[in-house]
Amino acid sequence: MPDRIVVGAHYGWRDWLVQRITAIVMTLYTLLILGLLLWYGGLEFASWKAAFGNEAFRGATFVFMVALFWHSWVGVRNILMDYVKPIALRLVLQVLVIAALVGYTGWTIQVLWGAR
Amino acid sequence: MAALDRPVMKPRPVYLNLFAIRMPLPAVVSILHRASGALLFVVGIPLVLCVVQRALASPEAWADMRGAFTAPWAKLVAIALAWAFLHHLLAGLRHLLLDVHVGVDLPAARQSAAFTMVLAIVLTVAVAVRLW
Repeated sequence: MPDRIVVGAHYGWRDWLVQRITAIVMTLYTLLILGLLLWYGGLEFASWKAAFGNEAFRGATFVFMVALFWHSWVGVRNILMDYVKPIALRLVLQVLVIAALVGYTGWTIQVLWGAR
Repeated sequence: MAALDRPVMKPRPVYLNLFAIRMPLPAVVSILHRASGALLFVVGIPLVLCVVQRALASPEAWADMRGAFTAPWAKLVAIALAWAFLHHLLAGLRHLLLDVHVGVDLPAARQSAAFTMVLAIVLTVAVAVRLW
């Protein structure tokens, strides 16, 4: 059994794939937003509110945000693995990043489906 | 045993000293991809959540948000984030093409790196002009 580093690189193919699938999801959503902006010819409160009143748009936005958070996790984790050498500090930072992303997910749900 | 002469695992992760490396253009695009990603994570995500939440609250809050982006420093933040987003998006798409072996030759990779840099800046200038 080779020595394993708790917060080191593991077999990265899954992260590699996640990074790319989430990237494609986010690109598609970006094109959707671009299309909507062109369709509405700008951004006004009424169209803005109407867009977020649409359940399909809220769903798409949620999928985008989850893709964004997962993508962020892979990327930020890579950065931490590259530049933060002390294992303990790296672990603390990774936990903080996870906490932030879980919090952001809750915040996103609140923004999308909360006070309406 | 001969098979064990070779280490089972190279020491991972590998650390690189960025300041000791002279970087060609594709490397600059790559490190900016990383830097822009970090900026989007640290500033972009919480800011966007904040702005969207506020701007959905009421027409008045919406107007407040629009008003907030008339301040020069806020515009600078928005423009910096726009660049980070555009560079990250374009460099990422370039990466996806490289993944499927499109443009992996050195001249092509250099060209696409230059194209990525320039297009991100041009689009950011367009955003800046629209904002100002």
